[in-house]
Amino acid sequence: MIGSPDVVAFTKEDDFGQADPDPWAIPEEFSVPLSPISDSNPWAKTSYAKFTKDFILISEFSEQVGPQPLLTIPEDPKVCGTFDLNYFSLRIMSVDYQASFVGHPPGSGYPRLSFVEDSRVVLGDSKEGAFAYVHHLTLYDLEARGFVRPFCMAYVSADERKIMLQFQELSLRFSQASECLKAGNRRAFAKELQRKLRDLEYTHSVLQREEGLQREAGTQRMYSAHAVEKANELANVEKSIYEHRDLLRQISSYNKRPRRDPQAVSCQRCINECLIECEQLIDKYAKLARPFSYNDKDETGQAIDAGGDEEGDDEGVKRRPSYTPQLIKAKSAKCFDKRLKTLPELCDVTFYDATVTLLKDTEKGFRGDLCYLHTQRLDKALRRKQRVTNFLFEEDLGDDDEEDERGTLRPFCAVNHAVDNDTPLNPPHIVLGTEPLVLDDLEPPDPLNPGHTSETEPGLVESHLESSPSDQTLETQGSSEGNKGSFSSDKSGLDLAEKQLNRAKSQAPDPDCELTNEPDMERESSSEDLETTAGDDDGDGTPVSLLEVVSELEASREDECEVITDGASDILIPLDSACCMAQEGFLYEASPAERTPCVGQSSNSQSPVVNQEPQALLPLQNDYTVGSPGSESPATGLELPVGLLGDAVSRTSLEEGSDCTMSASTGSDRAASPLGYGGVVTLRQRKKAGQGALKFVRQYPFAMQALWCLLSGRTLVVLGADEGRVRRLVSALALFVPAPGKCGERVQAWLSCPFTLTDLQRWKLIGLQRVASPVGSSMLYSLSRYSRYISILDVDQKTLRCPPYRGQLLANIADHRTSIRRGSTFFLHLQSTLCEMAAKAFLLTFTHHLHLPVSCTEGPEGVEGRRRCFLQGQLGLGHQDSQILLYLSQLVTQHYLQPATGGSAAATSFTFNYTTSVLYKI
Amino acid sequence: MLRWILGGREAQGSLEKSSMLCIGEEQPKNWFTELQVLKGHFDIVRFLVQIDDFRCASAGDDGLVLVWNVETGERLQELRGHSQQITAMTTFTCDDGDTTHTSLLTASSDRSLSLWDPDTGNRVQTISDLQSSVKCLLVLERLCVFVSGGGELCVWNKDFQLQCHRPNHSDTGITALIELPKNCIAAAMDKEIVIYRLTVSTDSSISVAEVRCLSDHQDRIRALINVNDGLFASGSHAGELILWDAIEWNIMAYEHILWEESPACTHAEIRLAAPKPSEMSIQHLTTNGRHILAAVGSGLYVFSVLTKTVVAYRKAAHDSNVLHTMLLSDSELMSCSEDGSVRMWEIQDLPLSAEPASSGFFGMWTFGRANKPSAPPLKKVVDVPNIRMLELTGDLIGHSGAVQMFVSFRENGLVTCSTDHLLILWKNGERQSQLRSLALFQKLEENEGL
Repeated sequence: MIGSPDVVAFTKEDDFGQADPDPWAIPEEFSVPLSPISDSNPWAKTSYAKFTKDFILISEFSEQVGPQPLLTIPEDPKVCGTFDLNYFSLRIMSVDYQASFVGHPPGSGYPRLSFVEDSRVVLGDSKEGAFAYVHHLTLYDLEARGFVRPFCMAYVSADERKIMLQFQELSLRFSQASECLKAGNRRAFAKELQRKLRDLEYTHSVLQREEGLQREAGTQRMYSAHAVEKANELANVEKSIYEHRDLLRQISSYNKRPRRDPQAVSCQRCINECLIECEQLIDKYAKLARPFSYNDKDETGQAIDAGGDEEGDDEGVKRRPSYTPQLIKAKSAKCFDKRLKTLPELCDVTFYDATVTLLKDTEKGFRGDLCYLHTQRLDKALRRKQRVTNFLFEEDLGDDDEEDERGTLRPFCAVNHAVDNDTPLNPPHIVLGTEPLVLDDLEPPDPLNPGHTSETEPGLVESHLESSPSDQTLETQGSSEGNKGSFSSDKSGLDLAEKQLNRAKSQAPDPDCELTNEPDMERESSSEDLETTAGDDDGDGTPVSLLEVVSELEASREDECEVITDGASDILIPLDSACCMAQEGFLYEASPAERTPCVGQSSNSQSPVVNQEPQALLPLQNDYTVGSPGSESPATGLELPVGLLGDAVSRTSLEEGSDCTMSASTGSDRAASPLGYGGVVTLRQRKKAGQGALKFVRQYPFAMQALWCLLSGRTLVVLGADEGRVRRLVSALALFVPAPGKCGERVQAWLSCPFTLTDLQRWKLIGLQRVASPVGSSMLYSLSRYSRYISILDVDQKTLRCPPYRGQLLANIADHRTSIRRGSTFFLHLQSTLCEMAAKAFLLTFTHHLHLPVSCTEGPEGVEGRRRCFLQGQLGLGHQDSQILLYLSQLVTQHYLQPATGGSAAATSFTFNYTTSVLYKI
Repeated sequence: MLRWILGGREAQGSLEKSSMLCIGEEQPKNWFTELQVLKGHFDIVRFLVQIDDFRCASAGDDGLVLVWNVETGERLQELRGHSQQITAMTTFTCDDGDTTHTSLLTASSDRSLSLWDPDTGNRVQTISDLQSSVKCLLVLERLCVFVSGGGELCVWNKDFQLQCHRPNHSDTGITALIELPKNCIAAAMDKEIVIYRLTVSTDSSISVAEVRCLSDHQDRIRALINVNDGLFASGSHAGELILWDAIEWNIMAYEHILWEESPACTHAEIRLAAPKPSEMSIQHLTTNGRHILAAVGSGLYVFSVLTKTVVAYRKAAHDSNVLHTMLLSDSELMSCSEDGSVRMWEIQDLPLSAEPASSGFFGMWTFGRANKPSAPPLKKVVDVPNIRMLELTGDLIGHSGAVQMFVSFRENGLVTCSTDHLLILWKNGERQSQLRSLALFQKLEENEGL
């Protein structure tokens, strides 16, 4: 079974359960999972892996040379380092669950294509320090043995937890890739069949002619050996034609077959096109049946002989002069003589390329450690909640996120049959292990009273979630009609699980029922396969651990004893858990953390992480219309949860800012275009800018004033002679520009000509070159002319000319004695503060009575007073701090009013006020 | 003061010289706190015409006429047709019984006249190949005709049919036209004002006859306006302001603005530009019936119609020639100038003490010499006991070229046009934000939530 080194590693995870004494201190869905081994370096585990980054490996079980790696994504050889890909391919391919069936099933005349569903497993190699999500798939190849070529795609990581917790999403992505490959493969296969049929047809006609001639020549003689041979050959060809025709029919029926794999969604149009193509082919070759019948004799006008039983039909050949059919030798080449098709050939290059692109995206999407992925997702989830204010300080959320949010999954399509393709489907939400749930592991909820406290709720939900998907995702073999019972479970010996299997079989004597339960048993059996394989392979006692596949299975099964699942067809057989208690319990205890990933599937489309409202924000988002306008006091009617909000945000900020857990590999690798050149500002750039901002804040005592200018909408001009210095400062300060635009349109990093009012309207932050020349004086003229609209930060002389600011709001982020040392930490700190401001601005914007009179008798002064009272009394902001919020609120309003299509003819307006400026010096 | 920006002594000097009168950055009475830059013209924009409460048309040297929505800043129509610069533009409202429809009448240097429908952007009527280009237009709504002045005086009906015309006898041609009672019109031609009378005969044909020629001005007449039913006023290049009786065509008042000042007070200005006739040229006249506001050189001059005396004046109101003025009320006025700024003024009683305006008005750059510009009113107190002072209450800085003209839409804002090819829409930021909030909640209601 599982070797000791792995066991040690897993049992250690027991300890971390106590690490979190108060699980409700932080809303659990926003907590960052602690490192599983809390008392040691979280990166220690990965240290002995021989590769530096996670990568995707595609391998094939070649019938000629055995398992071999085909390619890795990324293709950089450095990624794999000294990691032995060949060895690992052998590992992952040796757990091929699909047990691809070969040859003629008994009782059927023709060879059958096995329609095999993909299988998904997680396995690990503790010696190599490698863990992998392995996705097996089979592709069809006419020349291959049994017409199938087994492949697998593996996501290889050093962090096993990462794989386990991302299982659902990995599975989803790889299913997409697999579907894409298979779709291409079916087309290619159909084409190949077509070609083969033509060849056969041609061969057939030639043979017939020969036979006819022969018969004419030697009618008197009895059948010579030669003639017999020819006749046999002809018969063979005929048989072959029948077989291939049948194959064609089978491949075309592929899509009509009900899919068991819920994630196997493919583009409907692709399917239809393929289907139509195949049907046309079938129609075409259906004619071929007729030459073998008697009445066809009349049709074939150019029959060479008379009296032949069967007659060649050259019609097909004549119809398609473009293709020169070839004679097919009676005996196929030996399997080692032929060259096997490569993967691109197998799948049609378009589809192959699309798949590789998809996998590359997948690899990019999963970069970084678990913690990073988790925070990133939390961040995304939060941002999705704040669509109205996101444009202020957050990066743009991509389209795919919108897709996620809509809860639909677009099947991946290589040829971009995009729009009409949306299938409403609930993609699995990714839930990372949340620590509080560990409690459930430690004290399992009372099965009789599952919902007694709120504490058990997560467990309840989890088990619901877990039970239904586990049997789907781990389904290892969707059966074709013909290969039932063909799996090789028999050899797995006398294991306990085998007993289970037998028991299961005996419990389900009904064939229908057996069919339903087949996936389970297959999985069961295949897991045995794996284990035995592992044992067989590893003489040195290092096992390939079949990680949590089993344990999760068991766990879910145990849950099932408590919770009645509702998936009627997918229901697991309630096994007698007592008989395998020892093993089960062991595994179960060994991996408490892995239990927690509750993978939302059909039963619950709402993942706890993504969809639960941050508690503090709830009242904000819901109450904006309420505002009890009837009340007399200007500020009443708004029980503002300031404290709550503030707390939540500051907590987040504390949490985020306290430690910077981003590992080195976490950076996004989007094109690093310098700010201000129209490229999309990436997170990486923003973090880098965080360093600059921190430097600025520490270096300049008047940083706060400068930030206030930016946040209150006053254009800041950074004046300096040195371009690099100005650019750096501008990119640092760009973090504070509200609504900078997708590509930083409101920021101009370097300008060396005088600016005009239009520029001021467009840009909120300008880097300006100081030149000592006539050009310079005209530039300075424009500076002084528009001085009422701008603040000027002189980099060379370290002065700032701007209206005086004495507020408190920015003291938090512009404290030059800050103890934050790292740029990315400071960036997170900033983000949380800015996020808080954005939330307040949202509140201000959408609170009705702060802008409009509550009764017809009330004048604008009343509204004004109420707004002031709100800002000062409830938000506790001074006049100048209020200006920030008012400006942000204006931006929110304008953004909201913008037509969704954009591109209004009207120019944007530019608001300012008339205040005196003062000069700050260091 | 700005040395830290300028980094050089000379630059500083020139800058301070140019900012002679500067209110500074603190302008509590200035409610234009939002602006929108309207782009569309390719050359100097010279004319602005208000079409209705929310639309205005702009025209200039590029021959384009653009119709703007003042509320949103949208460009509604682009009227193309003139191949050369526009020389005159006015609205033409014709009452056809129940509906009144406002059209735009434009004249251009390409010697054509066009009538446009600002709703559709169509050119309704056009006449080209006139003998001379039209310099001014006057619509007589009562007769439903319009008069074009230039090399000759022509009367057209609304269908662009020439009713009658009179050739001109001076070289400069007609530069301004106003309507007078009893079907008379006054045309400014060089130094003279010629009074014509229009006669509508029974077959509704119109004839025009010269009735009188008033040649009391010593120099070219630059401005000619109606003051009220009984008075009209004219201003000349030499600074003569004459108030005429509209019926008898007699001189009611004569004021020669010479900017008589003591040398001590003017030395600052003298250094800038030597006294030229243009310094006292009356560029523009405007009135609200009670006061006449004259733009004299770079100064402003308020003349009371009732008392026929000077109410207030400021010689150095702008750094350069004032091009357009407006009386917002009896005490508030606005002016724009070649120096690129629009300034708002208030006619205030002099403070009781002899202390001139506080240095607080004159922002941080000029307070070193703050009392110098305020010297002239101080001196005037001695001469004219009733004089009040023009106090700068705010300025609008945005254009980088001369501000040619502006049109006020009251609380909806102000549109300015300039030689820098731009129009700027100045608005009350607070009001706009209120309107936006209103729109926001409306949209919210339509969308039924966020």
